[in-house]
Amino acid sequence: MSITKTHELHKRRFSRNVGVGLLLAAFIAIVFGMTVVKITSGDVGAALQGKSRVENGD
Amino acid sequence: MTDLSTNSSFSDTRPQDAGFADYFALLKPRVMTLVVFTALVGLLAAPVPVHPFIGFCAILFIAVGGGASGALNMWWDADIDQVMKRTSKRPIPSGRVDSGEALAIGLVLSAFSCVFLALATNLLAGGLLAFTIFFYVVVYTMWLKRSTPQNIVIGGAAGAFPPMIGWAAATGQIGIESVLMFCLTFMWTPPHFWALALFMRSDYDDAGVPMLTVTHGRRSTRVHILVYTVLLAALAVGTGFTAIGGPVYLAVAVVLNALFLKGAWNIYHRDETASELDNFATERRFFKLSLLYLFAHFGAILLEAGLARFGMGGWT
Repeated sequence: MSITKTHELHKRRFSRNVGVGLLLAAFIAIVFGMTVVKITSGDVGAALQGKSRVENGD
Repeated sequence: MTDLSTNSSFSDTRPQDAGFADYFALLKPRVMTLVVFTALVGLLAAPVPVHPFIGFCAILFIAVGGGASGALNMWWDADIDQVMKRTSKRPIPSGRVDSGEALAIGLVLSAFSCVFLALATNLLAGGLLAFTIFFYVVVYTMWLKRSTPQNIVIGGAAGAFPPMIGWAAATGQIGIESVLMFCLTFMWTPPHFWALALFMRSDYDDAGVPMLTVTHGRRSTRVHILVYTVLLAALAVGTGFTAIGGPVYLAVAVVLNALFLKGAWNIYHRDETASELDNFATERRFFKLSLLYLFAHFGAILLEAGLARFGMGGWT
């Protein structure tokens, strides 16, 4: 039997789950971005090539 | 096969099943806008450039820290929020969010925001944010708010810290400029909230919160508003001659402080009968002006800092 009727309760839970999912994705993006900036002083290209700030001579 | 939607016990909407918006409301998003804006000004007015992404993260963590303290405030004040008309629809008193959940969210976000601000910028900024949360939740919410009419005056310091944190995030120090921005918000808070207390009078009475209107009377509150506004005006205009001031700031400060002083003078001269006849129109106008007042002052500081990048800001 398939579920056809969406209760208000499901809508609220869905919004909560989507919110938590987006927050987790944002958290990962922020930690990644901070790591890149801290390691390379903002040189994203160098970070993607695996070069650290030390290697760049900064 | 069964599903929750077929269970009769779920046929009614359960108030305790909160949506994402209810949890977001715990963070007091309107207060957060003030925190974000003043912290941003503190960060950008600092003479040390910050990497844009680190700056964004710093403001985000300060906002999250402010939100966390809001959640802890709602957890502690759930009983009086239920009584006050203005706050009765908040997530906890309305039954949408459990108070234990608010406590957990507040504690986790507090720890998260302080640690990550320290990691993104420096220990001083992280420590200042931790102290701000402690001050707002423990000193103001738990201790002062229900025990003294000076609650707003001393507790206002919590709302004044964000520009100082923003400045510290950029420079790693507490400069005289950031202290001035702190003082500006600190001195602005009492007249702002006392004007609110004048026209939301039954709320604080009903909740038993010892606002100045309740403990010292409404006449005394009007006098206090005028005195604090005079002191604030001197501070705000004087700031125009410091390193974070300049011609633009000074022009904004002179105009707005003249209007603010006039508003405070009008409040001082009114009696209760006249106020009730027009539903506290003067007090409401003063309250609205106070919002513009703070945003315009910090906006002018930001503008001066922006102009300085092109060699035009400040007095040089």
